[in-house]
Amino acid sequence: MNARLLPLAATLVIFLAAYAVCYAQYPAMLSTRVIGNLLTDNAFLGIVAVGMTFVIISGGIDLSVGSVIAFAGVFIAVLLRDTGLHPLAVFALLLVLATLFGAAMGATIHFLEMPPFIVTLAGMFLARGMAYVLSIDAVPITHEFYDQMQDLYWLMPGKGRLTLIGGLMLLVFIMGGILAHRTRFGMNVYAIGGGAQTAALMGVPLGRTTIAIYALSGLLAGLAGIVFSIYTSAGYSLATVGVELDAIAAVVIGGTLLTGGSGFVAGTLIGVLIMGLIQTYIIFDGALSSWWTKILIGMLLFAFIVLQKGLVWTTAKRRIAGG
Amino acid sequence: MPQSEASQPLLRARGVRKVFPGTVALDGVDFSLRAGEVHALLGENGAGKSTLIKCLTGAYRRDDGDILLNGEIIDPKGTIDAQGYGIGTVYQEVNLLPNLTVAENLSLGHQPTRFGMISTRAMNARAREVLSQYGLDIDVGRSLSSYSVAVQQVIAIARAVTLSGKVLILDEPTASLDSHEVEMLFDVIRSLKQRGLGIVFISHFLDQIFTISDRITVLRNGRLVGTEATRDIDRVALVNMMLGRELEQEVRSHGKTHAGPGEARLAFTGFGRKGRIEPFDLTIQAGEVVGVAGLLGSGRTETAEVLFGVAAHDSGEARRGDGTVLRLTSPREAIAAGFGFCPEDRKTDGVIADLTVRENIALALQARIGWMRRIPDREQKAMANDYIRKLDIRTPDAEKPVGLLSGGNQQKVMLARWLVTNPSFLILDEPTRGIDVGAHAEIIRLIEELCAQGMSLLVISSELDELVAYSHRVLVVRDRRHVAELSGGEITTDNMVRAIAAPEKEAVA
Amino acid sequence: MNGLVLFSRRIWPQLLTLAVIVGLISVMFPGFFDISIANGRLYGSPIDILNRGAPVALLAIGMTLVIATRGIDLSVGAVMAICGAVSAWGITEGYGLFPTLAMALSAGLACGLWNGVLVALLGIQPIVATLILMVAGRGIAQLITEGAILTFNHEGLIFFGSGSVWAIPTPVIIGVLTGAIVTLIVRRSALGMLIEAIGINLRASTLAGVNTRVLLIAVYMTSGFCAALAGIIAAADIRGADANNAGLWLELDAILAVVVGGTSLLGGRFSLIASLIGALIIQAVNTGILLSGFPPEFNLIIKAVIILIILVLQSPTMRTVLVFFSSDKAAGIDSEKQKETVAP
Repeated sequence: MNARLLPLAATLVIFLAAYAVCYAQYPAMLSTRVIGNLLTDNAFLGIVAVGMTFVIISGGIDLSVGSVIAFAGVFIAVLLRDTGLHPLAVFALLLVLATLFGAAMGATIHFLEMPPFIVTLAGMFLARGMAYVLSIDAVPITHEFYDQMQDLYWLMPGKGRLTLIGGLMLLVFIMGGILAHRTRFGMNVYAIGGGAQTAALMGVPLGRTTIAIYALSGLLAGLAGIVFSIYTSAGYSLATVGVELDAIAAVVIGGTLLTGGSGFVAGTLIGVLIMGLIQTYIIFDGALSSWWTKILIGMLLFAFIVLQKGLVWTTAKRRIAGG
Repeated sequence: MPQSEASQPLLRARGVRKVFPGTVALDGVDFSLRAGEVHALLGENGAGKSTLIKCLTGAYRRDDGDILLNGEIIDPKGTIDAQGYGIGTVYQEVNLLPNLTVAENLSLGHQPTRFGMISTRAMNARAREVLSQYGLDIDVGRSLSSYSVAVQQVIAIARAVTLSGKVLILDEPTASLDSHEVEMLFDVIRSLKQRGLGIVFISHFLDQIFTISDRITVLRNGRLVGTEATRDIDRVALVNMMLGRELEQEVRSHGKTHAGPGEARLAFTGFGRKGRIEPFDLTIQAGEVVGVAGLLGSGRTETAEVLFGVAAHDSGEARRGDGTVLRLTSPREAIAAGFGFCPEDRKTDGVIADLTVRENIALALQARIGWMRRIPDREQKAMANDYIRKLDIRTPDAEKPVGLLSGGNQQKVMLARWLVTNPSFLILDEPTRGIDVGAHAEIIRLIEELCAQGMSLLVISSELDELVAYSHRVLVVRDRRHVAELSGGEITTDNMVRAIAAPEKEAVA
Repeated sequence: MNGLVLFSRRIWPQLLTLAVIVGLISVMFPGFFDISIANGRLYGSPIDILNRGAPVALLAIGMTLVIATRGIDLSVGAVMAICGAVSAWGITEGYGLFPTLAMALSAGLACGLWNGVLVALLGIQPIVATLILMVAGRGIAQLITEGAILTFNHEGLIFFGSGSVWAIPTPVIIGVLTGAIVTLIVRRSALGMLIEAIGINLRASTLAGVNTRVLLIAVYMTSGFCAALAGIIAAADIRGADANNAGLWLELDAILAVVVGGTSLLGGRFSLIASLIGALIIQAVNTGILLSGFPPEFNLIIKAVIILIILVLQSPTMRTVLVFFSSDKAAGIDSEKQKETVAP
């Protein structure tokens, strides 16, 4: 089998095996209801993880996304409370802001030649700080448009609900997959992750692509913020602390190489679902404590990092003789 | 071989000059490439091959001289720009992306799209079609890294030719290929030649150069030594062009005879490492300089690295003169056994650029006695100042970061680092490369002094007359194998050149 | 003395920054320097800065060494939580003060060993390797506290958080002592130079006989040990182990302190004192905002601005123009370093 598909296959096997275990113990977990909830509950995480997938494939990291989601929630809530703007107008404004924010980080990374880690750390502080400045307290969102959006769902066979935000996440994954695997931009992202110097020698526009990658991550973090505000009907500056870590974990468990250059958007979806499944299982079990989620995710992270390290070693040693 | 002799050269460099701080990398070099020829470019490390290539493609700004393509002056601004003029380059370390598929590598930046979407099918079909011209029938949907280096080379060539199409520069494409793979690559080169491309071929394997090239240009120390038609020159003459001195410079024609039957200090038997250097036997006597001669890539550096434990040996054993077995599987063990090693690439393997001269000199000794017993500042300073004086290291004081010193002075700091550990066996890999003439002479004098004090040295050099001057014995290395050992009166540049040039009787497995 | 001149030249930007910030605060808040003694302990804003800054300062000590080797330790916040949980668990289980402390510190060392092995032996990038413990660590801490905030009333343990010796708060003493001891060990022995050598050029250091693997592991273990001390202080301070919030995001503050202290994220030359001043700068900003009546939410924005300023000053492009935070470093050397391949 193709070696680059191996981490993806491993992810899929783990997901199916985990689901089988869950099903064996709690047959109810294979209902469309549970699946629908799985998608709805993890919608914001999934959307932000798509952006993170691009960033990580390019060999970077974006620590700011959790703060951007919180900022987005507060921004929307405050604007809806204090102005007469329609939510859609507020959304548009927010998405522009979030995209520009990401682009600015990308530009800083490229032009100042500084590690993405420290640049997006500044972005993380800045976005969280701006959220605080807008409002420290949770701001509830009461708008009939929000009620309409929350009531939108497609009733799946078996009474499961595919909500608007769950559907939106799936749509983002599909678009993300197309963008990653079917466009020149996507190819350039992989190329930069494989080696920025070489990619530049082969004609990949480094600056433009880097800025676009972080702009995309910002845009999707903004979109995740919108989804989160629909999910919670509120904006709170202390919300979604540490979501960047969850997103990174989902991406890595989804089979993307944390050092860049290899991975699949579809894998990230499975990564998000695995994380959601662990939580669902723990809720079903009732006796198990929530901290096992973190420990299990940590163990999965370790397993995938070692698996990928091993893959790099073996492919370096064993190459198919061609010709 | 179709060759249009009369027509003007396809690509021409006229009086190209490039100066780096401290060194003249290219000094008015002329070079011309005809359409439909393979033109080999030869020279040792630092001769200026890479610099010339980078000036041709615009990766470096040249300080003087012109580049002409089909008689017209061009001024490429970089690799991509050069491609636009029709000049493609393939470097030794394959400059493709291992994580992308073969087809993606071939089409990166030029993918066939429909409504903005890449059509994988069209991309793969195009890739298969392109590769079929090179006799390559592989699954283009697999990642590049799953194929052998030889296949990757061919893919890199295919990409370069597709994007440029007039001139192909191959920078040591065969360095990590076996003989079968080299043959495959040569078939590709021959077919490109038929198509009328001009090909610049850089390699240090003489066999390959005689097999594939039509003309040969030799560079040395940034200067043009000469350009000859391959059929008009033999191996000995070629090695002489590369390594030999101009005749007018009279140097001692044979080496030193050893003062007496010195005691054997170290004995290596069957020492080697697969893929690096074939097992060899070597005895080192006290107060002896063993020179190592050979072309770049012949296994001379590999010999040093296996001896010092950088790449641990996987066969044979090492014993001291008294018969005790030595463990030499890491630099630390080698250092504990009294070895020292000045590597060829000072910048990446040698000096610690941001540390001061004093710290760099103290480093190996400190590492050997352990971190707990810090050498007191006063002693470190005394040590550093002592060697700054003894070796005439040009630095304002011992507290200057060593990265700011010139190459020759960095080399002396490296020597000082090992001398303070008082080694019994010191390995020097190209100690005189890239340093000015004055420092050059001082380092040679130093080698002789150390030897007189009873130290054993193994010195690798591509300056043959230098080896003649200080070696008691000379090992000749070729194709990763020790092929000859000269001693006493046998040590002459002529003999060395002959041993280096001797053609292989059989292909390397 | 030459060394003293070099030293003061190395830390004056940090000292100056700290002085300016403290000056600004005292202008806006005249009572800033009022220090009083109550219940045998010093009180007052400067003392508060020292006291509150102690955990980050402790983390910054270990982080400085890790960053000097060209690494990074993202797990220290989580390790703090683990060690705080261990100490609370140990004391409530009745193991006594010293066994409890020993267990907590061993837990920190074990975490450091784990990170060090991943980095030095398996060759995993530090940022990736330490991420694992960053994610899993809080879960492990919760496992120990069983999800609750594990409170305790042991005076001996509480002493480490809110006690005082000769009127000086214990955390300050622990911070200063650790800083002094580590500085002494690192600079009186050859460790400092060897760590810098590894950070600047790993391959050349290995070839010079430096035991790079052992040193790397030791450095990560030091970081774990410092995190354990900080974790004990944090737990003792609130008289309980809060697995969720103890040390939350302090790894970022610690990294920031090191960067403010002028140690390059690309490894090499480091200064522990400058990192400690960096930690104080961060805490002074926190305290200053609190005192000056600005809403605390400005804190994060100011941190972001600090990072941006440092980024601009440290960027290779600016380096060639301005040599500010690293007084004796040659411009350009760092950018070349980035391209070097690091092979163990």
